[in-house]
Amino acid sequence: MANADFTPDEMMTIAAARALSNDDVCFVGIGAPSAACNVARLTHAPDITLIYESGTIATAPSVLPLSIGDGELCETALTTVSVPEMFRYWLQGGRISVGFLGAAQLDPFGNINTTVIGDYAHPKTRLPGGGGAPEIASSCGEVFITMKQTKRGMVKAIDFFTSFGHGKGGSDRQDLGITTKGPTLLVTDMAVWRPNPQTKEFEVNSIHPGASREAIAASCDWDVVYAADVGETPPPTELELSTLREIKARTAAAHRRNAA
Amino acid sequence: MAQFKTLKDAVADNLRPGDIAAFEGFTHLIPHAAAHEVIRQGIGDLTLVRLTPDLVYDQLVGCGLVKKMIFSYLGNPGVGLLRRVRDAVENGVPRTLELEEHSHAALANAYEAGAAGLPLAVFRGYKGAGLKAVNANIRSITCPFTGEELAAVPAIRPDVTFIHAQKADRKGNVLIEGILGVQKEAVLAARRAVITVEEIVDDFDDAHPNLTILPHWTISAIAVVPGGAHPSYARGYYGRDNAAYVEWDEIAADMDRFRAWIETHVMQAGPEDFAGRVETLKGKM
Repeated sequence: MANADFTPDEMMTIAAARALSNDDVCFVGIGAPSAACNVARLTHAPDITLIYESGTIATAPSVLPLSIGDGELCETALTTVSVPEMFRYWLQGGRISVGFLGAAQLDPFGNINTTVIGDYAHPKTRLPGGGGAPEIASSCGEVFITMKQTKRGMVKAIDFFTSFGHGKGGSDRQDLGITTKGPTLLVTDMAVWRPNPQTKEFEVNSIHPGASREAIAASCDWDVVYAADVGETPPPTELELSTLREIKARTAAAHRRNAA
Repeated sequence: MAQFKTLKDAVADNLRPGDIAAFEGFTHLIPHAAAHEVIRQGIGDLTLVRLTPDLVYDQLVGCGLVKKMIFSYLGNPGVGLLRRVRDAVENGVPRTLELEEHSHAALANAYEAGAAGLPLAVFRGYKGAGLKAVNANIRSITCPFTGEELAAVPAIRPDVTFIHAQKADRKGNVLIEGILGVQKEAVLAARRAVITVEEIVDDFDDAHPNLTILPHWTISAIAVVPGGAHPSYARGYYGRDNAAYVEWDEIAADMDRFRAWIETHVMQAGPEDFAGRVETLKGKM
């Protein structure tokens, strides 16, 4: 049964979780991707393999980690390997089907910037940088992106190419010698987007309940393109919503306890 | 050959001004006590290597001891940005800071190449990435067998690597468990290695044969510092002090508050104070 009482944030996490399947081996970014991946694991994809770059393979945390190296990830993992092994054998070795990333700045071709706002040598704002993302973006079978819509975040042109998506579109990715699919999905708090098969520019495929074309345009700096057939994202089910709320509540309680 | 020393002597005997130093530990087992000893001794002009500079380098940078930083992720995990590093990068406070920025994959490979005695690391990476244009140490190499163009970065060979580990035995062999990060590679890549441990045990005779153990002859000095990773954590001993990471964001936002914090918690304190800082975190993951 659908629940009419949910936030755009919850809809974003749940729509992102739905894109993952039981067979996926998923390299999980921290923050919004982590919530989505664990909701998938706790609902329709109990056997999904979640991997964090700290080396934890097939982890099943009961609360969402604050960092990619929280102890909970190691305690609940099938095995924990070193960071060089993680990047060499598992990521570069082609064992990961989906990389799930967040973004500070995103362009319509799925290129991501988490490095600097402004000039690299004299930045207006120095952001954290890439971490594992440059190689996650090129070595995972495909890449899912999730972020909240803002005009500052979804821009026509990013200031720095931290992670390569589809470049300027078309065959840019293959032309660079990259054999993986790259970004195939963007889930925001307003819509589900997929790249146009030819141009590789993100198009809105479905609009979340409560959102609108006006609201999407007002919170995205690029000119929004819509797929030929735009539907409404199915609202969260009771199970999806309760699973998300329970893990968020457990997470808040655990982090309060640790802080006490 | 590992020598058991006080932390003060272990640092003084192995780190010199101008050295290339790595303090490793991937969220877990970050050698905070060793870094505080470096601050107390005022050993500067350092080139620091670390995947995730974290609070530990925010403190060293804020104290003006760092000339250059080689890194791949510049955040306070789960909280935000590193404010002392940002002040150095954006405003040159307290001194300018040269950055050499990589990806995690590149630095992990570079440590491994250092441990393997190779001059460079080769991997499939940086495809379409902007860092290639701003870091002259990111180059490419053509595979002589397949013709594939691959990324190349120089091996990392620190003058000294600092890590924190769970235990040493009486001979000075060191055991690490849990999230391993790049510590084994960073120790084996370095000319000298200084390790702080939670405790000393008689031997590792009943340990699983595949545990990660660094033989005593790969280590220069060992200092026993219970709690020495705080506010990071040590699996089996104490959990991560998440509140301290959150609180750091406010402390580091203001230079005066930062200086006062360093004076109280570093300059007027010592390695023996770390045990008390983890008292309430014992038994947590």
